[in-house]
Amino acid sequence: MLDLLFYIFATLSVVGALGVIVNKNPVTSAFSLIAAFIGLAALFIQLDAYLVGIIQILVYGGAVMVLFLFIIMLMDLPSEERRKFGWGPVAGGILLGCVFVVQLVRVLADYSAGSRVMQDLPVGAASDVEQIGKLMFTQYYFPVQVVGVLLLVATIGVVVLSKKELD
Amino acid sequence: MDWINLAVTLIKIVVLTFMVLLPMIAYSVWAERRVAAKIQNRVGPNRTGIPFTKWGLAGLGQPIADGLKFIFKEDFTPAHVRTGFFWLAPALTMVPALMTCAVIPFGSELNIAGYKIPLVIANLNVGPLFIFAIASLSVYGIVLAGWASNSKYSFLGGVRSTSQMISYEISLGLSIVPIVMIFGELNLTEIVKWQDSNGWLLLPFWGEGPLLPKVILLVPVLISFLIFTVSMFAETNRLPFDLPECETELVAGYHTEYSSMKFALFFLGEYAAMIIGSGLAVTLFLGGWSLPGGIGSDLVDKPLWLGIAHFFCFLIKMIGFILLFIWVRWSLPRFRYDQLMRLGWVFFFEIALANVLLTALILIYFK
Repeated sequence: MLDLLFYIFATLSVVGALGVIVNKNPVTSAFSLIAAFIGLAALFIQLDAYLVGIIQILVYGGAVMVLFLFIIMLMDLPSEERRKFGWGPVAGGILLGCVFVVQLVRVLADYSAGSRVMQDLPVGAASDVEQIGKLMFTQYYFPVQVVGVLLLVATIGVVVLSKKELD
Repeated sequence: MDWINLAVTLIKIVVLTFMVLLPMIAYSVWAERRVAAKIQNRVGPNRTGIPFTKWGLAGLGQPIADGLKFIFKEDFTPAHVRTGFFWLAPALTMVPALMTCAVIPFGSELNIAGYKIPLVIANLNVGPLFIFAIASLSVYGIVLAGWASNSKYSFLGGVRSTSQMISYEISLGLSIVPIVMIFGELNLTEIVKWQDSNGWLLLPFWGEGPLLPKVILLVPVLISFLIFTVSMFAETNRLPFDLPECETELVAGYHTEYSSMKFALFFLGEYAAMIIGSGLAVTLFLGGWSLPGGIGSDLVDKPLWLGIAHFFCFLIKMIGFILLFIWVRWSLPRFRYDQLMRLGWVFFFEIALANVLLTALILIYFK
């Protein structure tokens, strides 16, 4: 049952990710990306990481992609035209792909399947929301603060930029 | 045992969504028309009852007749639309609205022959977040409808709706942060259980009685409740915030080009969102399924009659909240668009943030 669900959602996210780069129409691409995010969120939820999965949908599926789509629709971007391939980008892409495959092979070579079985959370343990919250405000307190400051700076930057345009 | 659980869950999904939620949607449309008529001193639809007889039943047959009409009407797709997305959009508004009902506790538990069935489809630890996440996906249906229709009125309606929903999602999310801080819990079932024994959040008068911290906490709770309710009106595109389908300016907004059952899906999706919103408000602020006065809250083993009473208690509270939605719709005029945005960003956002701080201070002071 769980295996079957895993394959369904894994297929959804892989097909979605492929759809992003294959489709010519930007709106279709954006929707493929949303499908990929939802498949990914379902995979997280299958791993009992409810908070991560829900945040994936809430932030990426619900907020970030709405903005993407909004901009695509407002600017009414035309479908991508058939472009001539330059050799530079193609070579760069192949190089990046090779680096990634080598990394993957190295990581997988060190890993023997089934050697490390993760334990299920014991029944009655604190929920993942509680555990993530505790970690964020104890062990990772400083990074959380830094990210907060970063977001604040970005917000102020947006306000300054948009004010300038109005004058 | 696994198969029994699966079957029970399936039955719960079928019963709660198709036999409770869908009829409620249909009959809230009927209630809307009847209450609107009463408010405007008219009669409203009161004739459609049992066919071929004289029994009108106060028009209770109206939703069935409406449904039949929507199914049999011509489904017209204009030539200038982007067909694929045009077909996808109505489904994308309806499906998220129905999915969100998975985490709402419709009742405590039904004790059938010693087998306890909790009346919630999925008992998640992230209940309200799940509802917000899935509900935020319903924006896509409206955006797509506006864009795929390829008409200026639809597009303007879609753009308005998107910016409105994004803006009010923020105050909606922030308004429940104080509530979550008070409960220390994101599981809706546990939240209702807490209220069952300690008094509803808005009426904390039973359990240990009205203690001082509880009464002081009423201030932030009341602010949260106001922001939550008003934001819910904006999220569901209901008057006084129905700018996306404002007839005087935009014909019918994002669903101008839709006909037949596709239009009905937008219409029903809006009502479904309204009902789920009412359910969430009742669950968070008004004690969910718990009976007034804390009746039966001290029973560990709930007998069958208590489970049924809880279920109907929840339905009655929800219907009350839906009536509030309807009452407001027919009492207030429409806002202007800039007023709507100002209200969301300049007032609610700041007040909700300050409210989080206020709640934190009170909670620290009283521990």
